[in-house]
Amino acid sequence: MSTRTARAIERAVRVASLSLMLMVPVFITGVAQATTAEEDMVWTGGLRNAYFEDRKILADDLITLEAPQRAENAAIVPISIKAGIPQTEQRYIRTIWLFVDKNPGPLVGTFRFTPESGRADLGLRLRVDAYSPVRAIAETNDGELHMSRQFVKASGGCSAPPSSDADAARKNFGKMKFLLRNEGGAENATAVEQRTLAQLMIRHPNRSGLQMDQVTHLYAPPDFVEQVKVRFEGKEIFSAETSFAISENPSFRFYFAPQYEGELTAEVTDTEGRHFSETYRVRPGTDGAAASD
Amino acid sequence: MYPGPLAAGFCRRYYRAKMSREDAGAGKIAGARFRAPLLWLLLCSLPLPASTGTGGKSAPASLRQVADGVYVRPGQTGLLFEADNVANTGVVIGSRCVALIDTGGSLAEGEALDAAVRRLSDLPVCFVINTHVHPDHILGNKAFRRDGVRFIGHEKLPRALAVSGDTWLRRTGESTDPSHIVFPEQTVSGQVELDLGNRILLARAHSSAHTDHDLSVLDLQTGTLFAGDLVFLEHLPVLAGSINGWLDELDQLTSKRLERVVPGHGPAAAEWPAAAEPTVDYLRDLREKARTWIAAGGDLGAAQGGIRPSRPKRWQLIEQYHKRNVAAAFAELEWEE
Repeated sequence: MSTRTARAIERAVRVASLSLMLMVPVFITGVAQATTAEEDMVWTGGLRNAYFEDRKILADDLITLEAPQRAENAAIVPISIKAGIPQTEQRYIRTIWLFVDKNPGPLVGTFRFTPESGRADLGLRLRVDAYSPVRAIAETNDGELHMSRQFVKASGGCSAPPSSDADAARKNFGKMKFLLRNEGGAENATAVEQRTLAQLMIRHPNRSGLQMDQVTHLYAPPDFVEQVKVRFEGKEIFSAETSFAISENPSFRFYFAPQYEGELTAEVTDTEGRHFSETYRVRPGTDGAAASD
Repeated sequence: MYPGPLAAGFCRRYYRAKMSREDAGAGKIAGARFRAPLLWLLLCSLPLPASTGTGGKSAPASLRQVADGVYVRPGQTGLLFEADNVANTGVVIGSRCVALIDTGGSLAEGEALDAAVRRLSDLPVCFVINTHVHPDHILGNKAFRRDGVRFIGHEKLPRALAVSGDTWLRRTGESTDPSHIVFPEQTVSGQVELDLGNRILLARAHSSAHTDHDLSVLDLQTGTLFAGDLVFLEHLPVLAGSINGWLDELDQLTSKRLERVVPGHGPAAAEWPAAAEPTVDYLRDLREKARTWIAAGGDLGAAQGGIRPSRPKRWQLIEQYHKRNVAAAFAELEWEE
C-alpha cells in the first residue's frame, strides 16, 4: 500500500470517529435512520471523500449489488453486481470500485470493463472482517458515479485460517481455469445480446497477511493476486486490481461478447511478482471450459 | 457451596454468547441472554477466589458402555461455540492401560472425562488419540498433559493445529493462551497399532475427507470403529476437507465387516455399515446438485440458497451448516474437469 493511500485511510478513520460524536442527535431522532448512519460511519466520515472527493454519487439502480445479509463463512462471502444497462459504445460502465467499509483496507478492488464486455456484471468472493456495508460504485463512460450498497453481517474473514485441503492447495498453486457459458438468445440476436458468461478461477492461497501461524506465532506474510487482465484477441474486456480481501482461490465472473472465433487470454500477477497466464480458443455461441496444467 | 464455579460458567457463556452474536456462522443465540452486558463484563472481570483450586475439577462425565471394555461419553447435538459436550468421546480399556479417542471441547470437559475414567478403572491413561482438529473433539487434551500419556494424531494434524488452533481457542472463549493447544507426540501416516495390554487398537490415517487429516480407530477385540467425524448421525455432516475424498473413504470403510461404529456425532454406537448411509446419502445428494448447478453456470451465492438437502428430516443444524457445505462442495467441484 502506498503511503498516500495509507494516509488517506488514516484520515478517513480519524474523521469517522469525530463524525460519530457529531451524529449523536441522529440517534435520538430516529432509530432506523440512526442505524444506517452508524453503519455508514466509515464511508461518510472520510472514505467517500478519500476516493471520490466531492463528486456526485447517485444511489439508483444502474448497478445492483447482491450479498448475503448474514454470511455463512466470512472468508468466502459471495458478492454479485448486476448492471442495469448493456455495454454499448455510446454508454457503458468503465469502472466498478468495491469496498468493505470496515475491512483493515476497505478497497477490495477496482474492476474495469469495456464495450466488448457486453455487460458489466461481476461476481466474486471476498473476505469480510467485521459487520460492514459492502458497496459498489460504478463509473460510466460519461463520468457519472452510481452506488449500490448492502450491509453484511460477517466477521473474522481476514484472519480466518485457509480452508480445506492444504496439500491440494499447494499442488495446484497457480492453476487457472475458464468456465464459459453462452447466454446468447435468438438467432438474430445482436452482438451485445450474444454474450458469454465467463468465470475465471485461479488457484491461489490469497493470503491476507492477517492469518497467524500457531507454531511460529508469526503472521503468515501476505501473498495475493493483485492484478488480473483478460483480453479477447488482444482487446481488453475485463481487468482488475485487487487486494487481500479477495477470498482464497479467487474467482471472477464477468461477461464478454465474442463476435468471431478468437483467443481469450487471462494474465494474473500476484504480490510476489509471479505471473500466471491462460489462453482459451473461443467460438461464439458455444460453451466450454479450459484449464492449465 | 462457593458460587465461584457457577459464576465462571456464566461468564464463559456470556463470552460465548457475545462472540456468537458477532460470529458470522451462528444463526441465533441459544441459551441464556444477557441484558446488561456492562454489568456482566464487570462481574466477569473480577478474579474468582480459589474456586479453580481444589474445587475446580469437574464432576465426572457419564459414560455409556457399548462393548466389553469400550465406553462412550455421548455428545449432544448442538452448535460448536454454544453447546457443551458436542462430540462423542471414546474410552477403551486394556489390561495395561486406557486409551481415549478425543477429549471433548474444553479443559473442563477433558477433566470430567478424566474423572469418569478414574471411576471406571485404576489403570492409567496411556494414549490420547485425536481424530481431527475441530475444537469439540480436541480442546479437552490439556486435561491429560502429564507423564505417561502419549498424544496421537494424523501426520497432518500438527499443521492443522498450527493454522487454526489459535482461532478455535479464541472463538470458543476457552483461552487466549496458545499453550492450551496440545500437539501430537506421535503422528500417523498409513496405520499404526497401539497396544493397551492384550488389546490392540488400529489407528488409521485417511485421505482428505471430513478434514484433510481424519484419523479413525478400530478396536480389534470388539470390532468397534471410532469413526470420528467421518460418520455423522442426527448432526448434519460438516464438510471441511474434500467431498469426493470423503465419499471414497466411506466407500472403503463400509466394505469392512464390523460390529458397530461410534460416530463423531449422534448416538453412542450404531450398526455398521447402516450407520454410514445417511452421511453418504447427504454427500452424494449435495455433490450431484452442486455439479448440476456448476454445469448450468450458476454462481455460488445463488447456489447457497438454491441447493437444499433432499432428506432434511434426518438432520439437525441444517440452517447452521448446510450453506457452508454448499460453498465447500462448490469450491472443490468447480475445478473438476
